Amino acid sequence: MNSAASAASSSPAPAPDSTPVVALRDVSVAFDGPSVLKQISFSVAPGETRILLGPAGVGKSVLLKAIIGLLRPQQGSVELFGQDITTMPEQDLFPLRARTGIVFQEGALFDSLTVRDNVAFQLIQERVLDEVIDFRVREALSFVGLERTFDLFPASLSGGMRRRVAIARALIHDPELILYDSPTGGLDPVTSTTIIELIVKQRDVHSTPALMVTHRLQDAFTLCNHRFDPEQSRMVPLPEGQSNPNTTFLMLEEGRLIFDGSLHELVHSSDKFVREFLE
Amino acid sequence: MALFAIDRTAKQIVLTVQEYTLFSARALMNFIRPPIYWTDFLIQSDIIGFGSLPIVILSGFFTGGVLALQSAATLSAFGATAVTGQFVSLTMVRELGAVLTGIMVSGRNASSIASELGSMVVTEQIDAMRALGVDPMRKLVTPRIFASVTMLFLLTIVADACGIAGGSAVTVFLNHQNGTEYFHMAYEHLRYSDIIQGLIKPLCFGYVLGSIGCFYGMRTTGGTEGVGRSTIQAVVTSSVIIIFVDFLITHALLSIFPT
Repeated sequence: MNSAASAASSSPAPAPDSTPVVALRDVSVAFDGPSVLKQISFSVAPGETRILLGPAGVGKSVLLKAIIGLLRPQQGSVELFGQDITTMPEQDLFPLRARTGIVFQEGALFDSLTVRDNVAFQLIQERVLDEVIDFRVREALSFVGLERTFDLFPASLSGGMRRRVAIARALIHDPELILYDSPTGGLDPVTSTTIIELIVKQRDVHSTPALMVTHRLQDAFTLCNHRFDPEQSRMVPLPEGQSNPNTTFLMLEEGRLIFDGSLHELVHSSDKFVREFLE
Repeated sequence: MALFAIDRTAKQIVLTVQEYTLFSARALMNFIRPPIYWTDFLIQSDIIGFGSLPIVILSGFFTGGVLALQSAATLSAFGATAVTGQFVSLTMVRELGAVLTGIMVSGRNASSIASELGSMVVTEQIDAMRALGVDPMRKLVTPRIFASVTMLFLLTIVADACGIAGGSAVTVFLNHQNGTEYFHMAYEHLRYSDIIQGLIKPLCFGYVLGSIGCFYGMRTTGGTEGVGRSTIQAVVTSSVIIIFVDFLITHALLSIFPT
């Protein structure tokens, strides 16, 4: 086992008393009918990556939006960076949201802006100098391997490229929390692996806490069983039987959180739904 | 069952009016509180103002022409064709310039605003903007509403001028009357109260078309079909409200400036 792998597999899990970056307590969300989310409680600790699993339509994306106040819960409370945002006015939420990065399911790039302006959107609003913006955009695009798309419009990019640009946009501001909403949904296996590699790179190089929504088990396991090797500048598998201790799992079923634990606990769970999902 | 449907529809209408009032009031307040996105205001002014110029010039010119044709035909029965200029200028400045421009610009821009914002909603671009720490109300809605107000004011002046020019062209080339007399009558009988009346209206119409376009765009649901629905609602509602507001303003201003 090389030293990096050893570090990845033996680094301690977040201390239980550390202030969580995100904490949800008994959160329920409904839209003109029965609740989409029912009494969800979990937290994301500093440096932790949580993978939210569940079939399509169980409320994974709704949960992600509730975390940064894009949707308000009818019950329960949401804490972001230690502040209760459940009833916080929209105006006060903007500075907190600016500290997070989110990658939407389809990228949600602004189609009237170039890739440069999309990635630099936050910096432009803050009136950062053009030279600084250009430098940081090129840096962010180089992180996702898309330097040559600088002047292109989103319409001329493939689905996978759009997701990578969305990741660059989420990362350019050095966020303190990253939310990924099905970042590999609808993509081919090769592009999916490229996206997962970027997420692993961000996790291992910057230790940014993250929550990734997915229904693809393969992506979740790849994220858990791999580490980023800076020397080879690529993702490499951890030794057999090891997994990243700071990457844990959540599972939703019909709006309820039915699992919260490590990879080991997930694969050995006796819950009927978890078993069915894994098989 | 029928009562239940009426009750539900009535509640939905009241709720929509309440939401629209809060929405447009928020947009209005944003213009006096920083940050104000001046660049977006200028871009929208170019799209709404300069972009609408051809339709406003053409519709204004031909409306003035039609007014001159119709009025000359009627006035000739009384031997009063000399007042064609007065008739065209008063009608254009007090009423038709503002209303026609409002409806033409509404057809072009309320639809474009609603479909643009609606597409952004259904593709999560609005959520992305909120997630990036930028208020879409300030960045997208307020500049569009105030660009509509400013540009409709200026476009109405253009429409008035083109209408009078159209009337003069018909008077001189088709009715073979004296052009100097036309312009003299058009100018002499125009009062400040007429101009005030004609220039207050576009300010209100601009606000109506901008805010309704943004309102329906921002509350779009249901994917691309929803975008189409929002676009239709924006055009129909803004056109009807423009005519309704025109009636209210005319009634109010006639009591202030009796003819």
